[in-house]
Amino acid sequence: MKKKDIILAGVGGQGILSIAATIGYAAVQSGLYLKQAEVHGMSQRGGDVQSHLRLSENEVASDLIPKGKADMILSVEPMESLRYLPYLHKEGWLITNSKPFINIPNYPEENLIFDEIKKIENHVLLDAETIAKDLGTSKAANMVILGAAFPFLDLEFEKFEEALKFIFGKKGQDLVNLNTKALKAGRQITENKLDKR
Amino acid sequence: MQKQLLLGDEAIAQGGIDAGMSGIYAYPGTPSTEITEFVKASKEAKEKNISANWAANEKTAAEAALGMSYAGKRTMTCMKHVGLNVAADPFMNSAITGVNGGMIYVVADDPSMHSSQNEQDSRVFGKFALIPILEPSSQQEAYDMVHYGFDLSEKLGVPVLMRITTRLAHSRSGVQRKNHVKQNDFKLPEDLRQFVLLPSIARKQYKKLLNNQDNFLKESNNSTYNKYINGDDKSLGIIACGLGYNYLMENYPDRKVPNPVVKVSQYPLPVDMINKLYDECDEILVIEDGYPVVEEMLKGPLNKGKKIHGRLDGYIPRDGELNPNIVGEALGFPKTKGEEIPSLVAMRPPSLCKGCSHIDAYLALNEALEPYTKGRVFSDIGCYTLGALPPFESINTCVDMGASITMAKGAADSGMFPAVAVIGDSTFTHSGITGLLDAVNDKSSITVVIVDNFTTAMTGGQPSSALNRIGNICKGLGVEEKHIRVMNPLKKHHEENVKIFKEELEYEGVSVCIPTRECIQTLNRKMRAKAKAKK
Ligand SMILES: Cc1ncc(C[n+]2csc(CCOP(=O)(O)OP(=O)(O)O)c2C)c(N)n1
Repeated sequence: MKKKDIILAGVGGQGILSIAATIGYAAVQSGLYLKQAEVHGMSQRGGDVQSHLRLSENEVASDLIPKGKADMILSVEPMESLRYLPYLHKEGWLITNSKPFINIPNYPEENLIFDEIKKIENHVLLDAETIAKDLGTSKAANMVILGAAFPFLDLEFEKFEEALKFIFGKKGQDLVNLNTKALKAGRQITENKLDKR
Repeated sequence: MQKQLLLGDEAIAQGGIDAGMSGIYAYPGTPSTEITEFVKASKEAKEKNISANWAANEKTAAEAALGMSYAGKRTMTCMKHVGLNVAADPFMNSAITGVNGGMIYVVADDPSMHSSQNEQDSRVFGKFALIPILEPSSQQEAYDMVHYGFDLSEKLGVPVLMRITTRLAHSRSGVQRKNHVKQNDFKLPEDLRQFVLLPSIARKQYKKLLNNQDNFLKESNNSTYNKYINGDDKSLGIIACGLGYNYLMENYPDRKVPNPVVKVSQYPLPVDMINKLYDECDEILVIEDGYPVVEEMLKGPLNKGKKIHGRLDGYIPRDGELNPNIVGEALGFPKTKGEEIPSLVAMRPPSLCKGCSHIDAYLALNEALEPYTKGRVFSDIGCYTLGALPPFESINTCVDMGASITMAKGAADSGMFPAVAVIGDSTFTHSGITGLLDAVNDKSSITVVIVDNFTTAMTGGQPSSALNRIGNICKGLGVEEKHIRVMNPLKKHHEENVKIFKEELEYEGVSVCIPTRECIQTLNRKMRAKAKAKK
């Protein structure tokens, strides 16, 4: 790994910062440099939010990822994943949850969104809510999505397990286990997809 | 010690805690809020007895900080850029009084107006006050500069302005902490008239500030935060201020810029370095986030010297936040870009939360106002400003904190009837009280709606200064008791609320309606905490 530039996308209140925190912890434990630009303020009230997460073996200069240079868009909402396409590198991956978050009257038709996502050759479209629900709670959906990104992150899985312990440990081992399971389930989906290629 | 992952704001807070700060005073405002929140939540800060305070507004915050400096202690006051307008009086005058204990004004600008009404550049204010300015380019520098800033402030005897922008404030990176500095002992100023700005004393103090400018410049020329970095290609010299330096470096993956560069993170401008750059290079490019402050200084109104490029000649857009692409294009690199955004992607503006009390207040107010022509509702800044957007479209102004009541008064005095003001509880205590007093004194016919949700919601739920005292304050200001109408903004009370609004709209005099219900966000947070405590 030399560098990984990731755009995290979602809607204010969907908790993309918990994904960022998990990757961030794993990255720091792996001895990487990191910069992570977040959105606080007005947009957190149900507006579109994104975070630029930059990991590197060398010191990171800009807090923002240049357009066309992101290695990955990781989104918890399908339409939001498309908003950041100008940032995605030609060979980058788009990984997104398929469940729409509809809080505007002119939300486009789901199928049309999926069509656009499928136009991106490197994409993973997954129903994280359903997968998480099958594991016990839809609250772990964000960890399923993160799991789907894992195969592209070039970090050790144990570092993520450590991160979950660090973040959820105070709330009990059950929650750590559940989130670890969610992470593995997401990872499986991407690995299956890559196997088929 | 291992590096800590901190937001720029948090790095500044941790810097204060470690650098012997005794107190921090602030009014919330994106993107500065997290500084004070961090100190308030810090166990270390508590153990060290650091006083962490939310003030009623930025002016009271800055003055309290100045008082702490008077007593010999290190102190910080934090605000967003427009907050400095409110605190401009103490800010300008504290440059004249000077300090006793070290004092830092941390002011967070918001280029691109992510959460603000304008993108004013606080470096202009720092120059106006004639004090040194620090502009960190990274979280680590922000942390280090708090230590440095307190030392500098005490050494030079003036407050120091630390100017940050949204991007640094809200971006996280690894920060290495330094050794702890002990807090100052209580110590009065040596000259007990230092802070008495009677004209005769103020004139002396002002001369002292003017004479001190050479020392400020010397500090800048010798500062480790300003750097001259050599380069062989002298066709262009580059001045990169604050975060601009990072965007410059981002365009050179090996971090080697072929041109000479002056990195600026401390002002007044390090003239020695700039002079050298100007002499050596054919043309100059200035990269700065915010206004073209440095560019304008170099160009002057006559612009007769070498070519200076930047925001004024279109090399860089005149407005908006910098980013690596904008800087890359200014340097002549080809545009980089992925796919276009598909046209079906819809805008997703922020909106009032489900269950928000402001929704019910606006629905009732809209209905009560139906008989009148539109355009009568002056409003203010807070979550309730989202009432300007569909589906409510209830309000017609949002200018600066407190301006709802005073603008409604001015319009009423010109004959508009009814004239309505909508203001939040925190905005009311920030700057609305004095305006309401004016209206009462002049018997202006206005209806003031104070949407009281018990908190400062927009910035994340900080406490409201006059919790449960809003009605009494209005009474104390002289609003007639029978025209202070507390209401419960819930769907089931809609008819009743419409009726109250209607009655007060028709009243010729000052009336105050107070829709009162807790913010749904803070309420949910409390419920979750309660549920957790039960477990
Ligand atoms: C001078 C100034 N200081 C701070 C801010 C940031 N700010 C905007 S709205 C707001 C809080 C408003 O709280 P309140 O009036 O209670 O309304 P609510 O958001 O709770 O509805 C703050 C602190 C600002 N815009 N201007």
